[in-house]
Amino acid sequence: MYKIMNEWNGKTLGKEINNQIADSVVDSDNDSVFIDSQKIYEVMKFLKETSGFSFDLLSSITAVDYIDHFEVVYHLKSLITLSKATIKTKVGFGRQNQPEIDSVYSLWKGADFQEREAFDLMGIHFNNHPNLKRILLWDGFPGHPLRKDFVTNSQSIIEEENEN
Amino acid sequence: MFEFIYNILDFSIDLFIKDIKFENYILTALTGIIIAFAIINGVLGGVLALIWGERRLLGRFQQRTGPNRWGPQGILTSTADAIKVMFKEDIVPEEADKYIFNVAPLLLVIPVFIIFSVIPFGISLYAVDINVSVLFILAVTSISGLSIICAAWASANRIAIFSALRSVAMLISYEIPVGLSLVGILLICESMSVMDIVIYQKIPFILIQPVAAMVFFLGSLAEINRTPFDLTEAESELAAGYQNDYSGMKWGLFYLGEFAAAIAAATVFSTLFLGGPNGPILPGIFWLTVKVIAVLFVIIWIRASWPRFRIDQVLNLAWKGLFELTLVNIIVTSIAVIIWTDGEANRLIYIGLANWIFAFPFVFLIFKMLKTKNYDSDNKKLIRYPVGSETPKFHKEKN
Amino acid sequence: MSIKSEPITINLGPQHPSTHGVFRMRVTFDGETIIDVEPIFGYLHRGSEKLAEERTYTQVVTLTDRMDYVSSMLNNQGYILAVEKLSSIQPETRGVWLRMIASELQRIASHLVAVGFLIQDLGAWGTPLTYAMREREKILQMFEMLCGARITNSYLRPGGVFMDAPEQFWNNLTSFIEEFPSAIDELEKLLTSNEIIFSRTKDVAVLTPEQAINASITGPILRSTGVQWDLRKNDPYDFYDKVEFDIPTHNAGDNYSRYLLRVQEMRESLKIVKQCVDFIEPGPVRPHHDEVPFLLRPPKGDCYVAIEGSKGELGFYLVSDGSISPYRWHVRSSSLINLTLLRDMLIGTLFGDLFVTFGGIDINMGEVDR
Repeated sequence: MYKIMNEWNGKTLGKEINNQIADSVVDSDNDSVFIDSQKIYEVMKFLKETSGFSFDLLSSITAVDYIDHFEVVYHLKSLITLSKATIKTKVGFGRQNQPEIDSVYSLWKGADFQEREAFDLMGIHFNNHPNLKRILLWDGFPGHPLRKDFVTNSQSIIEEENEN
Repeated sequence: MFEFIYNILDFSIDLFIKDIKFENYILTALTGIIIAFAIINGVLGGVLALIWGERRLLGRFQQRTGPNRWGPQGILTSTADAIKVMFKEDIVPEEADKYIFNVAPLLLVIPVFIIFSVIPFGISLYAVDINVSVLFILAVTSISGLSIICAAWASANRIAIFSALRSVAMLISYEIPVGLSLVGILLICESMSVMDIVIYQKIPFILIQPVAAMVFFLGSLAEINRTPFDLTEAESELAAGYQNDYSGMKWGLFYLGEFAAAIAAATVFSTLFLGGPNGPILPGIFWLTVKVIAVLFVIIWIRASWPRFRIDQVLNLAWKGLFELTLVNIIVTSIAVIIWTDGEANRLIYIGLANWIFAFPFVFLIFKMLKTKNYDSDNKKLIRYPVGSETPKFHKEKN
Repeated sequence: MSIKSEPITINLGPQHPSTHGVFRMRVTFDGETIIDVEPIFGYLHRGSEKLAEERTYTQVVTLTDRMDYVSSMLNNQGYILAVEKLSSIQPETRGVWLRMIASELQRIASHLVAVGFLIQDLGAWGTPLTYAMREREKILQMFEMLCGARITNSYLRPGGVFMDAPEQFWNNLTSFIEEFPSAIDELEKLLTSNEIIFSRTKDVAVLTPEQAINASITGPILRSTGVQWDLRKNDPYDFYDKVEFDIPTHNAGDNYSRYLLRVQEMRESLKIVKQCVDFIEPGPVRPHHDEVPFLLRPPKGDCYVAIEGSKGELGFYLVSDGSISPYRWHVRSSSLINLTLLRDMLIGTLFGDLFVTFGGIDINMGEVDR
């Protein structure tokens, strides 16, 4: 009566996505698929609305800081087909500019607070998000704490804030 | 009672101060002061006892002992409370309107004590006998609405104004059923004086006018801002509402005024519907105390068990429920009074039977009308989302 | 003559009797109707995700306790499952049964808090709350026997649990299993047949299943809208596929069905505990430190494990780079994401419904802010 979820193999999923939307898959291994960061919105729209995939529950959006680039990780679940998948994107190569990516708020409303948190703690800017403000820290906080180069010293935070 | 004390005063002053003879009006004033002193102190003592009683009873309803630390069985808890409240700092907010801010608690407390001046504590044991005392009681109880608005407006606090407006809306809506529910009693007794009503009650009026008693009880609960109508100071929403900015003894006066109002409501209900000081053998004041304690027990019991209403449900109940019940009560009672006129034997029993048979079934009708509609669970399917209805594409590839 | 009226904005500040912690809302009213809600949180943010990067994998278990402090065992369970999946540890059988017992008891305790405080917010002056707390007290005493702490118990370790249960624990558990159904019945009867609760919670803040799934809402809220989705059945972990229990589902999606669903879930959890007590066998509760060292070094990689917490899907994402601390640890907290629809649920309702709806979502600030 209760059916069990299966996990998509990354390579199979990557082939399917590449068939539909050309040149979007950068890499894939057994667990996850790496998508080109410019095409992320199209791929997500395809995954949500096509039957056979129908990922209707966005489980979580996270960001990880590997020193030379950032990675945005999406975990998707499908209640209709009882499957789950992991999608990853690499953004922000080189640390000078602020990493940017399209927001999936218009597809899944559940992305609202999670994208704000990724912006707040990691500094990744999501385009087309209706309300991209800091969510857990106060508005004038200098810097983004979860980055690997953030100094965890309260004295320096107060000095920086007094400078601004 | 007035002449009694007047004569005692006259006699004792004659006895002790031989050469001065006081004028009439000074003796009258002194008598009045002594009677007022006795009544106010009696009521204040009752308030202290009620605070202790309510907290102990609530504790027992929640399967725990209530306060038991100060004095034997915690009797001195209310005294400890009063002393603590007196020593707190008296804060007046900067933007507050100082004059009205200070006067508002007094406006709540004073009308409550005025009510006790017309209540008979025994045959010919009363302070004042006005021949329209029922109207007097109804008029005086509505002054408390003014005090709530004064307190909230003077505090310059938005949440306080919220709670005060709710309270005023409730007070105005419940004045009408409360007033109209007494019309049945007035028709039977043909007099508006509380003394006459008490004398007339060979059988207590709660058995003769059940609908009026119920409406009056619920309406009084609403007027004293008690559960289930305590949304004025719904602690879990507004954190004490209009009393938010009061501290020290001014807040103590609000607290005291609420409990005194509860005692006043219980006393008025016992006098008008339960027979007041009527009762065999023992003196009248004992029976009145027993009845007041019984009504207060029911009020506290209701507080411990029921959650509170929302403001639109409260107003619905007043205008669509209780108002119609009072109209039904008036119609049935007036017909019954004409059929069995004054002077007939067993008149009260016939009127009572007429009320029970014709007016009481309307209570069930109103309840059915105001009830929440139940779920229409037969037509809706239980599962509303197709979980697992498709197969994912990787399965199709395997086949 | 028309009356001019202005909307009024009130700040229901971080200190408030009914906000289940430090939660702030700026609400705009038009009379008593709510026209806008802006939730502001972050008052309890302690930076757990950054702190974990300086602690070993076993020390991070103490950080998970303090996130959702009403359901510590469930947080521990999710994190330990992620560590075990990342390092491919096979847990000990007796340890798994013990941690299932602890998790289901913790779920009962968390639902008792939710239901008790929901009725308290409705204004019932504490009587149902004391009944619920009386039952929760028994559970917390059992936890003290297991691991020494009542609320923030770091009981689970990679591969099993910390210590075996003493003799007294099984006696307490048996008497609890016998007495608890009557307590649930008493609590349910006190409140299910009350007209005031019906009128205040039925058909208030209704959600449709499509709305809920689009907003990533999981847990009792999703099940009250008519979607039969529970991660213990649809994605089983530990030994949940060996025990039998049902998933209560309602289809109304309003406040009343959310409250009633939690009461029914308590019964199902009790069934699971009873079956675990029957199935458990003697044995070691934790693998020997030759197989699973105290300073665990999982291989490079990442994994995401989601369990059915008491408030919804509780997910843990771990990235390891082969050293003794995690490289990145992210918590998918159910309370934060369940708050996505707070604004849509509240617009159009009255002020009296604000805290009832808020209590029906059942959030915990430790989990929202981490």
